[in-house]
Amino acid sequence: MSENAKMPPLPTGTFGERAVTWSRKNLFDGWFNTLLTLGAIAFIIWLIPPIFNWAVVNATLTPTIEGCAEVTGACWGFVNANLRLILFGTYPYDEQWRPVLAMIVLVGIICGSLAAVKFPGLRKWIIPMWVIGVPVIGILMWGGVFGLTYVQNSFWGGLPLTMILSAIGVIFAFPLGLLLALGRQSNMPAIKTVSVVYIEVIRGVPLITVLFMASVMFPLFLPAGVTIDKLLRAQIGIILFTAAYLAEVFRGGLQAVPRGQFEAADSLSLSYWQSMRLIILPQALRLVIPPTVNSFISMFKDTTLVVIIGLFDFLGTVKLALRSDPAWTKYYVEGYAFAAAIFFLICFSMAKYSAYLEKELRKGERR
Amino acid sequence: MKIKTILAAGAMTVAAVAAHNAQAGAVLDGIKAKGFVQCGVNTGLPGVAAANAEGKWEGQDVDFCRGLAAAILGDSNKVQYTPLTAAARFTALQSGEIDVLARNTTATLTRDAKLGLTFLGINYYDGQGFLVPTALGVSSATELDGATVCVEPGTTTELNLADYFRAKGMSFEPVVIENINETTAAFFAGRCDVYTTDASGLASIRNTMAPNPDDYMILPEIISKEPLGPLVAQGDDQLADIGRWVLNAMIEAEELGVTMANVDDMKANSTNPGVQRLLGVSPGMGEALGLDEAWAYNIIKQVGNYGESYDATIKKMLGLERGLNALWTDGGLMYAWPVR
Repeated sequence: MSENAKMPPLPTGTFGERAVTWSRKNLFDGWFNTLLTLGAIAFIIWLIPPIFNWAVVNATLTPTIEGCAEVTGACWGFVNANLRLILFGTYPYDEQWRPVLAMIVLVGIICGSLAAVKFPGLRKWIIPMWVIGVPVIGILMWGGVFGLTYVQNSFWGGLPLTMILSAIGVIFAFPLGLLLALGRQSNMPAIKTVSVVYIEVIRGVPLITVLFMASVMFPLFLPAGVTIDKLLRAQIGIILFTAAYLAEVFRGGLQAVPRGQFEAADSLSLSYWQSMRLIILPQALRLVIPPTVNSFISMFKDTTLVVIIGLFDFLGTVKLALRSDPAWTKYYVEGYAFAAAIFFLICFSMAKYSAYLEKELRKGERR
Repeated sequence: MKIKTILAAGAMTVAAVAAHNAQAGAVLDGIKAKGFVQCGVNTGLPGVAAANAEGKWEGQDVDFCRGLAAAILGDSNKVQYTPLTAAARFTALQSGEIDVLARNTTATLTRDAKLGLTFLGINYYDGQGFLVPTALGVSSATELDGATVCVEPGTTTELNLADYFRAKGMSFEPVVIENINETTAAFFAGRCDVYTTDASGLASIRNTMAPNPDDYMILPEIISKEPLGPLVAQGDDQLADIGRWVLNAMIEAEELGVTMANVDDMKANSTNPGVQRLLGVSPGMGEALGLDEAWAYNIIKQVGNYGESYDATIKKMLGLERGLNALWTDGGLMYAWPVR
């Protein structure tokens, strides 16, 4: 931004002249930058055409192994032929409209909640939406009522599983993280100690260990015959893990709120919860939007680790499809590229939304 | 692998407790009550257990689960699958999360005795071998001194490899890559001279991943024994008996020439006492196992005999011939205990 301020008025002249001036100024500004520019151009020329040829020109969408054998480029036919396996995993084939519907409901609730920033009228609907929507998703996925056949959740997989794990993870990890952050700031020694120990222990181990403990060690400590659902164990593991990280993010936000704000709240004789809700948290949370979304993005990607405990998230179903027929196995680059594209799409949307949210909430400060 | 030691120790402790708690027939009663068999399978190994494009599980281990369901419940579709990683498989069985584990598991003494598990038999005999480019010019594993070897870490494969080379007084340089796709890619890119894993895996990799399969050959040496089979937790001997006889019935059916197609005809017309006993025409076998007399009929009708299952899974997906897994009468190791 400061660069812009220093810039002289735009030079007049033909488009060509302006282009030359612009590139002199921005691309060939001294020998070092010239070298960098030329290097970058060479790199792009070296990199882009082969990728483009591979991914588009020489690629095929024909969903057969024979069709793929004929082309030299990417075999998108692998994705095409196995799309439903990749998207829904081992969910019963004839019932796959249910996860589709569940995803639509989930995306609807998420979008509805996110849009509340722009449309304040939606705000009072956020909680009802989730309270109704989550059971609806559960009914669609599990079934067993209203004439839907029961589908054990070991059959769930693919994108719905990834999205459910992430969405439920965010919903529960957020308040838990907030409580832990407040607990760590608390004056009460017991609460403070519990929070600190929890945060430090969970942060001290990798998620893969938490999941492994939840799926392999935990059942061993239960009495014989008692089992707790594997998906539930993984979900709880993810929530506990993310909450510990979020707690530290929120603590950063709390510490950044000036002392005077706390004192002002006290002087208004607000109770602890009132001052938090009305004065401190709105400021603290706004400050930490980027790292919070960062945590969410990393949690979204971390859900792929559930594959080690035998659940097939979206990346897991890509692997499942690669192994559905040995002839497909060699097209793993296409499979992973497809998964990467979907993950990028979702993570990039989250990042963009967080940037937008920051801008919206800062409106009061600009002016 | 420290974590494995910890897990094994934990598993053993709990196995001791669990074995104590379990009542005879408890798991079998559970299967009958809930109306399906909960079967632990591989997370994806073509021919053994893998989801097809419609998301349905297929493979030889899957066929065992279906056979068990057909024998106990009369319907091979009454199976729920739990995909399990190698590390989680025994815990899942001990904790009762699954009723039976059919996950290409090598039968060993410690697993059978110390972990509180019971192997039901062997449904696939495998062994570790070597895949080399023909251009390397070797015809025997004894000529591999000094070779670079691509191998997946943390497997018995890696240990067997070290044992074999040490026993032969040869040296080798391991190229250890975690992911099977990358390991094979590295091998076909020429980063190592030799690729080693179970012979079944080598054959499928050669057939499906090699740019030109004829440029690669599997050396004749098989350096380890890998008898793979299904297992149950100790404590339910009746279920263990049924599982063992599901395996035997499928092999016996092949020995007797009973197939999915001719089973009805055989049941109605065969005068062979062996066939009559197997298919419940002369009763007693089902009763002895606590099952319906049509138990073996249901298996063969719905899943097929051992050979049919093999052809539809391992042979179809991996292109592997029967080899060690042929009937004993054809020079293999498959030999059913008499159903009588």
